[in-house]
Amino acid sequence: MATTEEIRAQLADIVNDVAGVPVADVQLDKSFIDDLDVDSLAMVEIIVGCEEKFGVTIPDEESKNLKTVGDAVAFIEAHQA
Amino acid sequence: MSLNVAQGSRFARILSVGSAIPSRVVDNEEMCTYIESSDEWIQQRTGIAERRWIGEGEDLESLSLAAARIAIERAGIEASSIDTVILSTVSHFDQTPGLAPKLAAKLGATDAAAYDISAACAGFCYGIGQADALIRAGAATNVLVIGAETLSEMINLEDRSTAFLFADGAGAVVVGPSETNGISPVVWGSDGDQFEAIAQAEPWPDAVASGNKGVLTMQGQAVFRWATGFIADAAKRTLDAAGVTVDQLDAFIPHQANDRITNAMLRSLKLPEKVVVARTIKNFGNNSAASIPLAMDALLASGEAKSGDTALIIGFGAGLVYAGQVITLP
Repeated sequence: MATTEEIRAQLADIVNDVAGVPVADVQLDKSFIDDLDVDSLAMVEIIVGCEEKFGVTIPDEESKNLKTVGDAVAFIEAHQA
Repeated sequence: MSLNVAQGSRFARILSVGSAIPSRVVDNEEMCTYIESSDEWIQQRTGIAERRWIGEGEDLESLSLAAARIAIERAGIEASSIDTVILSTVSHFDQTPGLAPKLAAKLGATDAAAYDISAACAGFCYGIGQADALIRAGAATNVLVIGAETLSEMINLEDRSTAFLFADGAGAVVVGPSETNGISPVVWGSDGDQFEAIAQAEPWPDAVASGNKGVLTMQGQAVFRWATGFIADAAKRTLDAAGVTVDQLDAFIPHQANDRITNAMLRSLKLPEKVVVARTIKNFGNNSAASIPLAMDALLASGEAKSGDTALIIGFGAGLVYAGQVITLP
């Protein structure tokens, strides 16, 4: 199983790839929309990227709750195979 | 008793392409007189700066004929040698008859088999799949495939999440027999569980009764998710089916749905920088079945792509439906 830090680092790569946010800025307490300036379309891409990278399924109703980087990392940790 | 079997050409390819756009330019400034939005927001979310809508004297038929006449002339064949006409459109408002027979007659493709197909934004690639199969099966020799739309007649100008997207236009190709293969196996499919993702808000009889033809609706995020995930993967499967690697591609011509979808597909496919990418959505908006042949014609006209280049095309839209091929550009 990947550690929290490993998941955060891989998620940071996805956010960087999709939205051009510097990897170092993608920290657990950051809000995707308010702090990282990720818009709703980019958020969808990040969700799709996470599903591919981590082998998890993130339903639409669930993705609405992933407001911070920490929310996303926690979801992935809880649902990783 | 044994029945004769048709003998087709071993291979088919696209012989020529033509396109037609309406004269009326609707820029984002004008769009924002209809909906509460801004040029910056629309461009940032879609890549669209302006789109074309039909004006005085223009309609689905006139656009289709104009694009088809150019394609036929560039193919260097007589219209009478076209034996099949396939029109892909979702904006022909007569349920019956289809528009293709009328187009065939007006073009001089006398006695051609002619029919309309409804596969929305995947319609052009569905048509190419059919044309290729018909020619190789011996059911047709020269097939005219037209993608044409006047979506401006279906736009809901009170829907600020979709009104700025849709546009009008037409593109046409002639597909004919070839000594080398110019069309890879079609990779296509559908997901009818998502039939409401892009759909009419109400059936035509109700819309007509209420005097409201603005019926197009879309669940933007669901479609974006499908396009950037499943369709990006379908594009990879299309390359695999063709036996082509991204390094061998010269051009990528996806349906012009949204520039953000194109960008996501680029990231997913990991296309080398040398691959030319169609971005006609900037000036033409999303004109559904017309967008791929329109973009193909534009890339060839600008010199960014050239005849003989290898291009990945993929259409995807309402249904949900999708289809992709690797083609040799005419």
